[in-house]
Amino acid sequence: MSDIFNIFVRSVFIDNMVFAYFLGMCSYLAVSKDVKTAFGLGLAVSFVLAVTVPVNYLMDKYLLQAGALSWLGERFAAVDLSFLSLILFIAVIAGIVQLLEMVMERYLPALYMALGIFLPLIAVNCAILGGSLFMQEKNFPTVIHSFSYALGSGLGWLLAIVAFAAIRERLKFSNIPVPLRGNGIAYIITGLLGIGFMAFLGI
Amino acid sequence: MKKYLGPLSKDNPILVQTLGVCSALAVTAQMKPAVVMALSVTVVCAFSNLIISLLRNTIPPRIRIIVQLLVVSFFVILVDQLLQAMLYDVSKILSVFVGLIITNCIIMGRLEAFALSHKPIPSLMDGMMNGLGYGLVLVVVAFFRELLGSGTLWNHPVVPASWYAAGYMNNGLMILPPMALILVGVLIWAKNSLTS
Repeated sequence: MSDIFNIFVRSVFIDNMVFAYFLGMCSYLAVSKDVKTAFGLGLAVSFVLAVTVPVNYLMDKYLLQAGALSWLGERFAAVDLSFLSLILFIAVIAGIVQLLEMVMERYLPALYMALGIFLPLIAVNCAILGGSLFMQEKNFPTVIHSFSYALGSGLGWLLAIVAFAAIRERLKFSNIPVPLRGNGIAYIITGLLGIGFMAFLGI
Repeated sequence: MKKYLGPLSKDNPILVQTLGVCSALAVTAQMKPAVVMALSVTVVCAFSNLIISLLRNTIPPRIRIIVQLLVVSFFVILVDQLLQAMLYDVSKILSVFVGLIITNCIIMGRLEAFALSHKPIPSLMDGMMNGLGYGLVLVVVAFFRELLGSGTLWNHPVVPASWYAAGYMNNGLMILPPMALILVGVLIWAKNSLTS
């Protein structure tokens, strides 16, 4: 139980998707003009991560890894499909995002209106594929561990984009050298936030 | 020829369009992985642009994103397998970041903005130049990070031992991930001051 909680805290603060691995930077820079939209995108990313990573975990464990197909019988015990993981993961992600979009439109129209515009973007967000690839690298023992990792990473991403959007709203009123305005200062602030987050390393 | 050179300077994908930062900066602590990453992205970008351009009249618009993802992941798997076979130590350093080329926004961006509406050969050139423009930034960032952070270039020590004896120290901060962002910020600053 405690290691599940550990994985969660670690993925929110220490292995933060944005500050430690620069994942999802494109949408992070593009959709952080105001806090409300940033929060919407953050929620959508957390949601999609929390769904796709456990599914990809099961795919990895029962289809792709060396010997994963042994449940089909003796003959398949030696099959190693791990070279197919990239293509399968991205297909699973694109499929699930499409499916979520349709289910939400039908049953949760309010949530769909809030997240809807971000969902198609998310299929090509590197944080999502990155979550699945890191999950594969970390070799979690159970699907619960991978869920806790995904939820933590998603919330860490949410935290990062909301903090950054709040700073950006304040920046409108500050006196920045002209060539540095816009993207230049955005990168530098992200870097400084990242250094701040490194303080969590000791936990 | 001139229209293809834009991505190297005034339309640089990272500095101007802010695309493709996602999977890139984590690999710039040293020159070698940065160069390998830059070449991989160039190859994937050029060839997936070519294939999508060849298919552009047969892909139904509704499912084009999935088709693009499949073409790109095909090339990324090829690159990944090649790296694991021939440059195993570098592929260990790059770890998941090779796989993340699939979702690199430069590649998706060029496929959407160029390959879907242009002939194959210009698309191949466009993909290649954008990959190189991206690689240029990676290599510059990696140059400074490796030089200042570890005192080496391409794993060869370049800072003379006499400097260390005189009290020179490597700047450990440069090795940390956030410094890559700050360096890119400074590069943008320099570029904007020079061009405006």
